[in-house]
Amino acid sequence: MKPASTAAFCFRLLRRQLVLGLRRPVELGNPLLFFAMVVALFPLGLGPAPDTLASFAPGILWIVALLSNLLTSDAVFRSDLEDGSLEQLLLAPQPLYLAALSYVFAQWLLTGFLLGLASPVFALMLGLAPAAIPALAASLLLGTAVLSLVGGIGAALTVGLKRGGMLISLLILPFYMPVLIFGSGAVQAALNGNPTGPFLAILAAFLCLSIALAPMAIAAGLRISIDT
Amino acid sequence: MWTLFHKFGSPPWLYRLSGAILRWLLPITLLALVAGAVWGLLFTPPDFRQGNSYRIIYIHVPAAVVALAGYYVMAIAGAVSLIWRMKMADIAMRACAPIGAALTFVALVTGSIWGKPTWGTWWVWDARITSMLILFFLYLGVVALYEAYENKALAAKACAVLSLVGTVNIPIIYKSVDWWYSLHQPASIKFTGGSTIDPSMLYPLLFMISAFYCLFVCALLLNMRVEILEREQRTAWVRALATERGGS
Amino acid sequence: MYFESLSAVLQMDGHGTFVWSAYFITLGVIVSMIYVPRRREKRFLRQLGGQIRRSEGSNPPSARKEV
Repeated sequence: MKPASTAAFCFRLLRRQLVLGLRRPVELGNPLLFFAMVVALFPLGLGPAPDTLASFAPGILWIVALLSNLLTSDAVFRSDLEDGSLEQLLLAPQPLYLAALSYVFAQWLLTGFLLGLASPVFALMLGLAPAAIPALAASLLLGTAVLSLVGGIGAALTVGLKRGGMLISLLILPFYMPVLIFGSGAVQAALNGNPTGPFLAILAAFLCLSIALAPMAIAAGLRISIDT
Repeated sequence: MWTLFHKFGSPPWLYRLSGAILRWLLPITLLALVAGAVWGLLFTPPDFRQGNSYRIIYIHVPAAVVALAGYYVMAIAGAVSLIWRMKMADIAMRACAPIGAALTFVALVTGSIWGKPTWGTWWVWDARITSMLILFFLYLGVVALYEAYENKALAAKACAVLSLVGTVNIPIIYKSVDWWYSLHQPASIKFTGGSTIDPSMLYPLLFMISAFYCLFVCALLLNMRVEILEREQRTAWVRALATERGGS
Repeated sequence: MYFESLSAVLQMDGHGTFVWSAYFITLGVIVSMIYVPRRREKRFLRQLGGQIRRSEGSNPPSARKEV
């Protein structure tokens, strides 16, 4: 049998990950549920005054999105390591770089993308001004892609470890910080009536950089983890 | 050149060399640190705005500078170990992390103590302090990852990847935090203005920075020696050393 | 010498507590940076030496060659 072309290989990998995700709709909803619950914690903790909530809303929404992304990125490679398909992936003739990219892309579609689409609802619950909502959705869509890529590095490095859960957050949260700064900055700028273009451009630049570099680190991490 | 490179890869050679270096470097370093501290504490004029509290600068700035440089040393060692699979580079990388974390800790604590008399508060979310805090987290992340792996050779590889990712990210983090701070900067606190420093204060500072670099080298070599012994404990030379020195 | 007396050195115009505590904390960290690896090295060699003696018993140490 002839090996599949690289594009077909990546496409199949992507489809496989998506199908696996869609088969468990409850798990698919988990990040969203987590997002909703943590958003509900803030009025309880800060008090229900709409002004306070609205002024904190950009930061709150971004931090919660970041955390929910963090929690899902832990599981990207785990089940595939356990059933041995990850090992096969490493032996495949196609570049691991693209395979890693497909994994992360699938993970982003199932979490960050959905989160970005659902975020206006939560924004309204926290009383964010409607003018800032497009900026929030756009910055989340761009930013969570970066988060997924960076999270993939952490996941690849810790997937072979028995107790990876807490560790992964320690490793990658520092790398999330620039995204948080510019993501919430974009929403804040929209609130103040400033142009959001520059912020989104910087987020897009982060995305380009991480698409170029993160899959390499993920591939290196997977090679290390397979040895354990 | 290549023979030197291969020699660096040889654990017993490096162990003996580090012993020979430490024999004179360690006393010099300790002496320089004491001399620098005395110079800074007793023989420099006080700052006209901050009075005597500025004397903390002689430990704060060197610790911060060397802590940041240490991350790059760690990343370079990590790259060398990944590319040429040099065992000694991974030992060096491993040894950098706790030292860097300790120096970052010193920079943060002294900065905080300096902040109290200067700005009236222990902690300010200023760009430099925040960046330093993030650097501290990065170091601790490397330590935590290393400890999590059972197999130390793999642990070193994983840490090398992480430290390289960190190297790409550090400039981004620094720039972002800088920008973030300039956006939110409260008008009342300004202390990063470009004030020039008088030579009478600058020389002891430069002296202290060099002393801290020496300290970094000493601590690095000391940590590497332990690491070398632990990894090579099955070889004949370590066993001979142990019977000779530890057996009595 | 900038200061006139020992008490002036300790006081530093009211900033003494801050300056001296910063220096002492740094001293503590530096001492532990040097001392901890040295102690680990000594302890490791002692333990390994003990292990070797226990396992080899009567073999004199001079029988082994250094590589």
